[in-house]
Amino acid sequence: MSAVLPRANELTTPERGVWVAMRRDLRLAVRSKGELAQALAFFVIVVSLFPLAIGPESALLKRVAPGVVWVCALLAVMLTLPRIFQSDYLDGTLEQLALSRYPLPVLCAGKMIAHWLTTGVPLAITAPLLGLQFGLEGRELMVIVAGLILGTPILTMLGAIGAALVLGVRGGSILMALLVLPLYIPVLIFGAGAAEASMVGVDVTANLSLLAAMLLIGMVVTPFAAAAAVKISLD
Amino acid sequence: MSLFKYSAPSSFYPLAGKLVPWFGTLAFVAAVIGLYLGLFVAPEDFQQGEVYRIIFIHVPTAWMAMFIYLLMAGYAVLTLVYQTRLSAMMMEALAPTGAMFTAIALWTGALWGKPTWGTYWAWDARMTSTLILLFLYVGYIALVNAIEDKKRADKAGALLVLVGSVNVPIIYFSVKWWNTLHQGASVSITQGNKMAAIMLAAMAIMAFACWMYSIAVAFCRVRAIILEREGQSQWVKSIKEAVS
Amino acid sequence: MALAADAVTLEVKGLGLARGSRCLFADLDFSLVSGHALILRGPNGVGKTSLLRVLAGLTIADSGSVVLQAARVRAFAPHVRDNVLYIGHANALKDDLTVQENLADQLALDTNDVTLADQLGALDAVHLGDRRDMLARRLSQGQKRRVGLARLRLNCGLAHKSMWLLDEPTNALDEQGSALFVETVNRHLSMGGAAVIASHLPLGLSGPVAELQMQERA
Repeated sequence: MSAVLPRANELTTPERGVWVAMRRDLRLAVRSKGELAQALAFFVIVVSLFPLAIGPESALLKRVAPGVVWVCALLAVMLTLPRIFQSDYLDGTLEQLALSRYPLPVLCAGKMIAHWLTTGVPLAITAPLLGLQFGLEGRELMVIVAGLILGTPILTMLGAIGAALVLGVRGGSILMALLVLPLYIPVLIFGAGAAEASMVGVDVTANLSLLAAMLLIGMVVTPFAAAAAVKISLD
Repeated sequence: MSLFKYSAPSSFYPLAGKLVPWFGTLAFVAAVIGLYLGLFVAPEDFQQGEVYRIIFIHVPTAWMAMFIYLLMAGYAVLTLVYQTRLSAMMMEALAPTGAMFTAIALWTGALWGKPTWGTYWAWDARMTSTLILLFLYVGYIALVNAIEDKKRADKAGALLVLVGSVNVPIIYFSVKWWNTLHQGASVSITQGNKMAAIMLAAMAIMAFACWMYSIAVAFCRVRAIILEREGQSQWVKSIKEAVS
Repeated sequence: MALAADAVTLEVKGLGLARGSRCLFADLDFSLVSGHALILRGPNGVGKTSLLRVLAGLTIADSGSVVLQAARVRAFAPHVRDNVLYIGHANALKDDLTVQENLADQLALDTNDVTLADQLGALDAVHLGDRRDMLARRLSQGQKRRVGLARLRLNCGLAHKSMWLLDEPTNALDEQGSALFVETVNRHLSMGGAAVIASHLPLGLSGPVAELQMQERA
């Protein structure tokens, strides 16, 4: 049996809180590889449905490619949102997080980073392959990847708020889509806008900068909003 | 009792009951005057003819669609910061009216669009962002109805409206940006003539009527919500006894 | 009356909570100081869990006040999170993590100062030492409860989280487990901690123990 522990206030810095929450969720994500792969598979399959629905004409496919890739990425992220809080809510971990010495917004930030690393990043890496199927080329593919790298964290952050609000609510996942999708519209517009701008040879920095600006604002605000939503759902 | 410190549904209930007929009457009278001015007195538009008269419904309802969301955001702040129960009840009471005005604004816009632009729907910045506003209303109503515990529903709804209201300017801006990027679909209303004073007056009176209607309906609804929520409390029981 | 700066005090005045239209408790008064334990008794559904959640700052009461260490308990206030250790019905275990990883993650929420040797010592003490690398999904209910017990053992006394709020802690524990639990709580109390425990069973704690009988309400 160990000796009495020291008072731990000085040990619980915010950075450490982000790390603790992130490490935990990353380890869990790695242990359940299936879930990781499922979101990616969904993304690939849904994108591949579009040519079958609208025909193999290459000019048309190229024209709609950025929109298709973005809408599908958005849906794929949305489907993974319950992962952020749902199982923690059911097994009592969320209460322990809320009562830990670390402030909840800090832990939420860590969870958001973990979620982005396990959904947004794989989606961004896969997107160029799908873009190739639609006849997109080098620079256009790079703009799609850049847009997804900047945009998917925003989807995670806004989505975390919605996911926390519907915890324990009947029919939660459809409800969450209702809440979250309208909030996703600006990200969709700027992200797909950047990709389209690159196709018609217009400067893409305006769209990407706007995404970056939204990302910065989101990083400051959304951990607090998500933490507030978790507290409401635990009450 | 700290419970009743900021809001007292028990004292608001009779007050709202007394005010409803007044606001209702004002709404009716203003609507009659406004519609009369708009439909019969105001001159015909020399470009659009009679069809433009739908503006007297369309514009005031579009205003209300936005105002009510802003009002709900204000109540959301009160709910989250001061934990007042009445403000959350007011949000719940206002939301259906806001959604209704948003739907009317879209509907009348489509009816107006067909004869003037030749299409019911165009992905123009205003129409698109109004449509998104309707989604926000629907999301709020769905969330509040899905959560059984009323205390939680109040706070969750308030947080959602607050997040939504921060997003509304971003959404509007992004849609506008997107719309100018896609020149093809864009359409704009060209006002051939300066709006006559009588038209402005009719529109202002109609807007006033919509306000009065919203207040009257919201008060009616909030009374029902109060009764539903406070059914177990002593003062509600005494009302029930007095009625029966 | 001056108490030592580190002593635990919990003071509850006029506490009331309703869920929906049903009143769970009203005008509840009690207090608790270092070294004492309070046992909540009463039939199912009487509000024991809700009371513990109010004390932990998870649920906001409708009326009355809870004062912990001279500061009022508000939802998720820092001084509550510093002092309160709440273990509810759920074990907060992750099926896909091993026993030791689960324990380490739970401890990491409050401190990063527990060595692996400490953790293994605590797991040995609750007879989970040989299962430390087993996935939590393969544990029995009682064994899952014992992981929480290991956490408590590493948490004894004033220096760490000093106010324990435990909801049916002996559920699913066998005789040996229950004895371990009682020993752990006794140690915590003797080191100056305090505890509020909801339980149906007689626990046989050695320290000063008060009981609060909660009544069914109309």
